[in-house]
Amino acid sequence: MTEQAKGCQDKEMTFRIMRYDPDKDAKPYFQQYKIKLQHGMTILDALMHIKETQDPTLSYRKSCRMGICGSCAMQVNGFPRLTCQTQVTEISTDTIEVRPLANYPIIRDLVPDLGDFMARHESILPYIIREDHQEQNNPTGEYSQSPAELEEYLQFAYCIKCGSCLAACPTNATDRKFTGPQALAAAYRYAADSRDGGLAARLDTLDHPNSLFRCHYAGACSEACPKGVDPSLGIQLLKRKLFQKKILGRGQKPAGMAQTPAGIGRREGIPQAPEKTV
Amino acid sequence: MAEITTHDLLILGSGLAGLRAALSASIASSGKIDIGLVSKVQLMRSHSVAAEGGTAAMLRPEEGDSFDLHAWDTVKGSDFLADQDVVHRFVRAAPGEIMQLEHWGIPWSRRPDGRIDQRAFGGHGYPRATFAADKTGFFEMQCLFDTLTRYQNTTRYDEWYVTSILVEDNQFRGLTAFDLATGEFHVMLAKALIIATGGAGRMSGFTTYSHAVTGDGIAMAYRAGVAVKDLEFIQFHPTGLIPTGILMTEACRGEGGYLRNADGNRFMERYAAGLMELAPRDIVSRSMITEIKEGRGFKGQNGLDYVHLDLRHLGADKINERLGFIRELAMKFVDVDPVHEPIPVRPVFHYTMGGIGTDIDGKTNVEGMWAAGEAACVSLHGANRLGTNSTAECLVWGKITGEEAAKFVAGFEGEPKHPDGAVARSRSELFDGLLGRDGGESVYKIRADLRRNVDENLGVYRIEEELQKGVEKMAELKDRYKKITIRDRSKAYNIDLMYALELGCMLDLAEVAFIGALRRQESRGGHARLDYTARDDENWLKHTVAHWTPDGPELSYSDVTIDTWKPVERKY
Repeated sequence: MTEQAKGCQDKEMTFRIMRYDPDKDAKPYFQQYKIKLQHGMTILDALMHIKETQDPTLSYRKSCRMGICGSCAMQVNGFPRLTCQTQVTEISTDTIEVRPLANYPIIRDLVPDLGDFMARHESILPYIIREDHQEQNNPTGEYSQSPAELEEYLQFAYCIKCGSCLAACPTNATDRKFTGPQALAAAYRYAADSRDGGLAARLDTLDHPNSLFRCHYAGACSEACPKGVDPSLGIQLLKRKLFQKKILGRGQKPAGMAQTPAGIGRREGIPQAPEKTV
Repeated sequence: MAEITTHDLLILGSGLAGLRAALSASIASSGKIDIGLVSKVQLMRSHSVAAEGGTAAMLRPEEGDSFDLHAWDTVKGSDFLADQDVVHRFVRAAPGEIMQLEHWGIPWSRRPDGRIDQRAFGGHGYPRATFAADKTGFFEMQCLFDTLTRYQNTTRYDEWYVTSILVEDNQFRGLTAFDLATGEFHVMLAKALIIATGGAGRMSGFTTYSHAVTGDGIAMAYRAGVAVKDLEFIQFHPTGLIPTGILMTEACRGEGGYLRNADGNRFMERYAAGLMELAPRDIVSRSMITEIKEGRGFKGQNGLDYVHLDLRHLGADKINERLGFIRELAMKFVDVDPVHEPIPVRPVFHYTMGGIGTDIDGKTNVEGMWAAGEAACVSLHGANRLGTNSTAECLVWGKITGEEAAKFVAGFEGEPKHPDGAVARSRSELFDGLLGRDGGESVYKIRADLRRNVDENLGVYRIEEELQKGVEKMAELKDRYKKITIRDRSKAYNIDLMYALELGCMLDLAEVAFIGALRRQESRGGHARLDYTARDDENWLKHTVAHWTPDGPELSYSDVTIDTWKPVERKY
């Protein structure tokens, strides 16, 4: 426990939380709650504490509570954060304001509607595209991929689809048709995968006025991403891929099958299964 | 009137098993089958994303691995309660799943020569844990979710909470559900159902599970007349982070990490000198609790005494490459950097070995209904699951049940029938029953008491008087549940109502687990009794089978399939 955290134990905090019930409220409003801070309390813990002890009508999303499922991103003091991995003590104000993620319609209280976000992800064809269809659904071995080839796209595969990047993106705030940093980074993730040969199929979606070249490189997405993905870098790298494909006509030849090197022997110390005894 | 939607196949749950089943049924029917994929969470939020360490499969026969060795490891790990025909089928199907996900784009960690890498895991005689850094489940989910977007025959019902499974004349008919966003009540009809809703771990207060893992599918199948099996077998993972229970993957030890007691000693030497920290989980967890009980642990808050998981000798590079998420979690949640300090851990409620009873194809005793993954009990894990066999099971039986259900749908004549009586009953249970109650009891207080009861009386070590106390407490909690008041009366996104329904599911399943544990007078795998310390093959080499009755579970027992290896003493 840090000294700062110890000092905060039992401190009273005020949460200013945005409330909205579509059946009752013409527009969202704020409600205040006071709670005693406990050691290790995250913003999500605080919301759960409020719901369970003060106001059972408060609604939010939660699931894994360990920063991997992407359910609980919200605006905390105006910045998108995964509330389950944000300690209350990380926020230095005495009053903490929690709102639903910006730039999305609100379903209720702190619950945003991510339907359109998911649709944008799907629009860039987020899967490996190859011509060997029979092999791809009926594998006879493994496609080769070296650790260095894996590194090319791995960080862009860390996206948990929490929606924070679109909440932070100034382009998305003004142009809802923008493909957005999440989907564009996902497009790069697949285009940069040595097993993929599908950039041509994605060209129409990407080379479009509301897509790849609509980004003004504010970098807000990369700052907001709670998982260390750098979508703005992905967007720049994707531009290069697109340029190479469209202007230079250079595409990627998808990886072939990995071969088992000759002369591999049994490892030491591997036991044998016992003989049948029935 | 409720709105009615109709599909060929409904899949309940969108984790690994559910997504794999959707893909399998789509491919098996060449994209013709009309699937409704129903989940109380959005896609990619299922608990499967939290699986960290790996997926077991025999990939390298030339290096000494074999189907028989994987099968033997699984059978011995299960303390001989696994059905051996099921195990043989499993080990032969698992490698295909690794290749399939590889072909669909998963970032498996690789060897320098471009082939898939594998690492060591507890109880496995060959290092066959196929992994994608320490986010294996997350990447598997991403791979299946993304690949499923290729197929246009699946309609997603994200954030629909299913309230009952409709069965008439022992035939599956449909589901009732409400759409969380709008609060509207719906009837969903179909020819077939695959249940893939995961385990029931949130019945415990100290658990690795996501908040959403409340056993809904198992409980609803149980209430609909499906037999549930072996629910007393609960896996405690040795390394839950103090105090949240967040999983510190077994790969920490697979990569060479140590467990140390308060004296700094690698205590596993006393309990499993051969495999040390890589003994199966039930053994390591019992050893840790023994160390703590005998005073060689560290004192923690709220009784959460602990030992140390020490990774320091692995070095920063290996930790960053192979266990980066673990480092991030330890730093974010307890301010401990594993590169420089040991991690505080203790055994934590991690897996439900039991579940919906199925045959080897994942089919239940109700016509048209299958179950896959942790929700199911196909009897692969017996009394104790080996690490990395669960994600593999989700994939293998996701595929099998998807194909079987697609076959069944293709041969189904006519249209799904609307079961008037069952729908009316479900509707009345929800609106007049649950929402009509007003006894003033709090969902959250009963839930907290349930978790305390499970943690205190159904732990790593069990004993008659505690189990008896637990059973009595369950009766009291179920009685109080009849007097709850749901205080949120809004229609839109009413999670107060959802939590109440989830609590009902957990109460039903915890009751079965307690009664099964009380009856089983032996120690086997995840069920360790202080008053019956030995395994008793003569009387207890059998599965517990529970059927729902209005007066509580009715227990019977069924045989274990032993077609290859007779039970022997389990030493590591």
